[in-house]
Amino acid sequence: MSGRVLVGVKRVIDYAVKIRVKPDNSGVVTDGVKHSMNPFCEIAVEEAVKLKEKKLIKEVVAVSCGPQQSQETIRTALAMGADRGIHVEVTGKDYENLGPLQVSKILAALAKKEDAQLVILGKQAIDDDCNQTGQMTAALLDWPQGTFASEVALEADKIKVVREIDGGLETIKVNTPAVLTADLRLNTPRYATLPNIMKAKKKKIANVKPADLGVDLTSRLEVLRVEEPPQRQAGVKVETVDDLVGKLKEAGRI
Amino acid sequence: MNIFTMVGIFRRILLLRTPLRHLRPHRTLSFAARLSPVDLNAICCSSGQFVASTRKLHVGTDGPKSPPAAGAPERLPFSRVTEEDLAFFRKILPGRTITDPDLVESSNVDWLKSMKGSSEVLLRPQKTEEVSQIIRYCNSRNLAVNPQGGNTGLVGGSVPVYDEIILSTSLMNNILSFDSISGILTCQAGCVLENLSLYLEERDYIMPLDLGAKGSCQIGGNVATNAGGLRLLRYGSLHGTVLGLEVVLADGQVLDCLASLRKDNTGYDLKQLFIGSEGTLGVITAVSILCPRKPKSVNVVFLGCETYEQLLKAFQLCRGMLGEILSAFEFLDSECMRLLNTHLKLPNPISDCPFYIVIETSGSDPKHDAEKLHNFLEEAMASSLVSDGTVATEESKIKALWSMRERVTEALTHDGFTYKYDISLPLEQIYQLVIDMRQHLGGRAKSVVGYGHVGDGNLHLNITSSTKDPALLAAIEPFVYEWTASCRGSISAEHGLGLKKRNYIYYSKPSQAVGLMGNIKAMLDPKGILNPYKTLPDDVK
Repeated sequence: MSGRVLVGVKRVIDYAVKIRVKPDNSGVVTDGVKHSMNPFCEIAVEEAVKLKEKKLIKEVVAVSCGPQQSQETIRTALAMGADRGIHVEVTGKDYENLGPLQVSKILAALAKKEDAQLVILGKQAIDDDCNQTGQMTAALLDWPQGTFASEVALEADKIKVVREIDGGLETIKVNTPAVLTADLRLNTPRYATLPNIMKAKKKKIANVKPADLGVDLTSRLEVLRVEEPPQRQAGVKVETVDDLVGKLKEAGRI
Repeated sequence: MNIFTMVGIFRRILLLRTPLRHLRPHRTLSFAARLSPVDLNAICCSSGQFVASTRKLHVGTDGPKSPPAAGAPERLPFSRVTEEDLAFFRKILPGRTITDPDLVESSNVDWLKSMKGSSEVLLRPQKTEEVSQIIRYCNSRNLAVNPQGGNTGLVGGSVPVYDEIILSTSLMNNILSFDSISGILTCQAGCVLENLSLYLEERDYIMPLDLGAKGSCQIGGNVATNAGGLRLLRYGSLHGTVLGLEVVLADGQVLDCLASLRKDNTGYDLKQLFIGSEGTLGVITAVSILCPRKPKSVNVVFLGCETYEQLLKAFQLCRGMLGEILSAFEFLDSECMRLLNTHLKLPNPISDCPFYIVIETSGSDPKHDAEKLHNFLEEAMASSLVSDGTVATEESKIKALWSMRERVTEALTHDGFTYKYDISLPLEQIYQLVIDMRQHLGGRAKSVVGYGHVGDGNLHLNITSSTKDPALLAAIEPFVYEWTASCRGSISAEHGLGLKKRNYIYYSKPSQAVGLMGNIKAMLDPKGILNPYKTLPDDVK
């Protein structure tokens, strides 16, 4: 067992930012908008770093697919405790069409190349809410998957995963190597402390192209249109009970 | 001895009070207590010599429902509200003249729940014209008025002491105009600060001030109290950023100084009088304010220091290396962190240290700022000024780090009864006051914490005890004021004087200055109906 964990981190629009749709309805405005690491990916990184601190695994490798700026996201993972990073360069049209299928192909190829024991991802990204990459990666690798994990425990050569499901909590045991996806309550991601931020600047980020991994980035999906949800109608505030009764009568409700 | 003579004696005794050591609020009360306001009123009514009309507003005893706050002056001979008055108000403000005690109750109590007035009337105008008519009427009827914005003040200046009519600006919440080229915003006084921020942020601007109370405080109140806040270090005080005001004077006249010009040296700058006047010289009804551009890049750093000296050195380093992008420099001590952990369950983002600093940078280029910040942090760590820290660039994390500083006030309310002091001191002395106070109080207090806008030389010293404790108060005051005066500091850096600190003004201002303030008040509000009992000391009337 290599004791190596691959963690996927995605650069998404920060969740506190107000999203705007492009005037041509082809997508959302990303230029000049604050981006940050997908919150579920943060939880995945935190879990991997925790496993390393418990000495259950030996190395944490952070991976991100995207343009130059994805390196910032990898640096954040390094500042949280990941040992090295891999930036899979995807730009332009390829990046616009990048979806779970292509990413899972990339991650599967990297997992094999890096001889990873574990792949930990966030359960979904907050921009597309797909919740597919983890499952697809496991299928491509023919590895077991522990998704929506709210608790992970390594036991000898198996992993006990407590999963959050509709009916409650499900506990399963999976063989290694495996793919896990992190749910909200798995842990609370740490703040990257200054000493680690400084150290992270010196850690290595390798640059890789999808072609080098033998991955075809063609998308089988086409985005037809992106729209805002319908505007909520403003309510009317009234000052007195008489006003309220009057308005209800006007609207024919009473 | 008739009522007039008795009151005369009280007045003369009050005037005999000399400043500083002899100005003890609780001593003033001991005279008034012999003849409580309830008795005074009963005598007035029965003798018929004072108030012309009797109050028919409520069944039960005459006089205020609860005794005034300790240290409050006796009630001045304003008229009491009558049915005729209410009829007039209802004509001007139909549906917005509130007399239901349950609805008026919350406006009678301050945010700290330390003061409770006994007003029976809450008025909610929507337009300046309405405010003008109300004030003109109250002036003619000699009715006292308490202007009220968000009611987030900490010195008892926003709630009535007795039965003053509460004039709320809450419904005056329209934005009148915004010029996106000059960044000048004109709005009514009742606009909530956070709403203004949201409006501006959509247009790529921000408000020049920001404070923890932003979700409730209103811009009119901010201007009336010359609120400071977290951004003063970068954008300056309201005296600089407010370009114009519309104010209703005590006689009901509308003073239109609402010009929104960056430069205008035509005559005396009247608006400066009203900024910080705490509602005692006029009621602010509209504000025009200069807003800065929204920074493209904001970073927040949370650092830990071992000693206060290191904190000051870090500040100097910060000024040197971050200079033009520095937008906030705040501190809190380990006691504050303990309260945040205990009462609000907020975990420490870094390891435990004696002092914590919150630094915010705002700039126009993320790359430049990141580089400056990186260099500063490297230097700070290399010279061991800072023992630990974390950086946030994402909005969600920035909010989380800021809440460590902004929510200390909230955490204190859960710790017990809080005695709050807002002091301006020379930077080197700021924490010494906290240390000396801890030593001076020994075990009498539950917690003694220090935090605040250290970049502006402003300390928030807070002392908690499980209940209101007069013995503790006697130990704290006048020790804290004398300590402050000995460093020529200010006994109220940004909170204002309100009711609680009005008589301590002499610790920071000479009597000549206070006398002149009294003259100005007498000129602008001869009957003294605007926010009486506040801001100016009792011996200036």
